[in-house]
Amino acid sequence: MLTCQQLTEIVSEYLEGRMSFWRRAQFQMHLGMCKHCRAYIHQVKTTVRTLGSLPQETIPADIKAELLKRFGGMAPPERK
Amino acid sequence: MSDRAKTLEGTPAPGADNAAGPDVPASASDLAFIARLRARDPKAFSDLLDRYHGPLLRLALVFVPSRAVAEEVVQETWVGVLDGLDCFEGRSTLKTWIFRILTNRAKTRGVRENRTVPFSAFSDQDGDHEAAVEAARFKPNGMWGVPPRRWEDDTPEKLLMTQQALQHLEVAIAALPPNQRAVVTLRDIDGLESDDVCNVLEISETNQRVLLHRARSKLRAALEEYVERK
Repeated sequence: MLTCQQLTEIVSEYLEGRMSFWRRAQFQMHLGMCKHCRAYIHQVKTTVRTLGSLPQETIPADIKAELLKRFGGMAPPERK
Repeated sequence: MSDRAKTLEGTPAPGADNAAGPDVPASASDLAFIARLRARDPKAFSDLLDRYHGPLLRLALVFVPSRAVAEEVVQETWVGVLDGLDCFEGRSTLKTWIFRILTNRAKTRGVRENRTVPFSAFSDQDGDHEAAVEAARFKPNGMWGVPPRRWEDDTPEKLLMTQQALQHLEVAIAALPPNQRAVVTLRDIDGLESDDVCNVLEISETNQRVLLHRARSKLRAALEEYVERK
């Protein structure tokens, strides 16, 4: 049977869907019995969701205008 | 694969050499979007700039020593995108292609600026013995001794969405080794599929997963520390 410590080392394998059927079954069996590991998985998932919600910088208006101008000046591709 | 996609095989996209494995080809929506760019639809290019400028800047900062240089690298990347646009063959996704132009340019600049993430840095040689959770939190039998708390019980997830929490997370991300930072940036922050991450960074799937695991473990620990302090 998996220990809690072992489970923490294969969490990403589980979340990324890269586990074999039996390993996944073992993992899920442990989760079913261990509230602490359920809490741990919840923390990892929350971390991943929080990372996905980090704000991204927007493109500065002057740089965007310059690039759009360059794009607008490009000749259409030659037809092959 | 569509007939159209088949006809796009054969000519390498800029920066397409790849040790990680075969690329995931461009999707039908990618190809439709490329067609709009080739028709010089300014709205399409404007959308592209809005969608990828921030993620590109974030990734560039992993490879080069300063924000000023990172901004230059991103601008060079956009110029590279424009130069290569009409040659893009759809052998990779549009996203992978753009990010790969960025990493190629960022690595070149990193070398010039005396800071680069060497290829070997992606082999996880520095992390062989990093534990996801410090060993002291487990009993000798491997079960939890100091277990994690369920965040939602007493510290709602919205706490993590505060400006202060996000700042704490950004500091923890910046402290990651560059290889782990690059992987978690692409996979979790920018939302690339794992195959795309492998192809952009030219690493194996296993390697990517190990680096992602180490990064996520550290960032979880950083957020746990933040939540416990509250």
